[in-house]
Amino acid sequence: MTRTGPGRMFDASHMPQSALGGAVFDGFARVQEIGPLGMISLRCALDHPACPAAVQAAVGLGLPAQRRIIMDGQRAVGWMSPDELLLILPYADAAAALQRIAAALDGVHHLAVDVSDARAVFRITGPRADQVLTKLCPVDLAALAPDELRRTRAAQVAAAFWREGDGYTLVSFRSVAGYVMGLLSHSAQRGSELG
Amino acid sequence: MLTLECPYCGVKAEETELTPGYEAHLKRFGPGSSDDDFESYMFARKNPKGVHFERWRHAYGCGKWFLAARCTVTLEVFGTYPAQLGEPPADIIAKITAKRPGWEGYK
Repeated sequence: MTRTGPGRMFDASHMPQSALGGAVFDGFARVQEIGPLGMISLRCALDHPACPAAVQAAVGLGLPAQRRIIMDGQRAVGWMSPDELLLILPYADAAAALQRIAAALDGVHHLAVDVSDARAVFRITGPRADQVLTKLCPVDLAALAPDELRRTRAAQVAAAFWREGDGYTLVSFRSVAGYVMGLLSHSAQRGSELG
Repeated sequence: MLTLECPYCGVKAEETELTPGYEAHLKRFGPGSSDDDFESYMFARKNPKGVHFERWRHAYGCGKWFLAARCTVTLEVFGTYPAQLGEPPADIIAKITAKRPGWEGYK
């Protein structure tokens, strides 16, 4: 809906904006802010019989094992804690997915929230992408399983990342998107490669 | 540097990913308790030189509280276990008893 002329109002409700407008930094690895991405935080007893059906209804995927992420194209399900999953899907599909979750978990104690606009998402790519994260996170990336979702900190803020394609996808809170972009860019500066 | 394995998500978390919660296995004395009991609950801590039971929160991770048994002198970790347990698991007790004969127990 776009109105023109006097009295025109800016309606941003259907025009999602990523936190940094797709900022890019090219260093020894490439850092790119991506999104907006649809994200739903689903909290419930993961061993409840209705839980797999709710996840299936929302994103068409199964339940991940502990600390794992199941990815299929634009959709993914990540294990965040013993009672929390992160569902990833196209931004426009989040509202409908929430309705399907509510239907599948009707009467079951749960919490499902659209957190798409609360997050910022980054891609770190290139042959040395791991070094960008190694400098910022207290994580042994060599011991990280290929499909592992690791929640940790990036310098001073909470973050979660996993391997995807030729690099990593990292999620942070949107309120610290600028800080995280700065961290990743600084860490990826040419001349600061490890080893 | 202290590394504790979170019993909920299995991450070997480095100290900076965790938030300390201080002494574990305290018995709470609330409203209606005697002044002595409340004072002891509120202020008295063992602060031992040796085996210590502590609460930790995996703050930069799964967010869960868990308990850990470690040595405050050597930083040796004897084990971690879920916060729902009212007392340390038998295997951790056995491990501590084997390594620190004569320790006074967790209470």
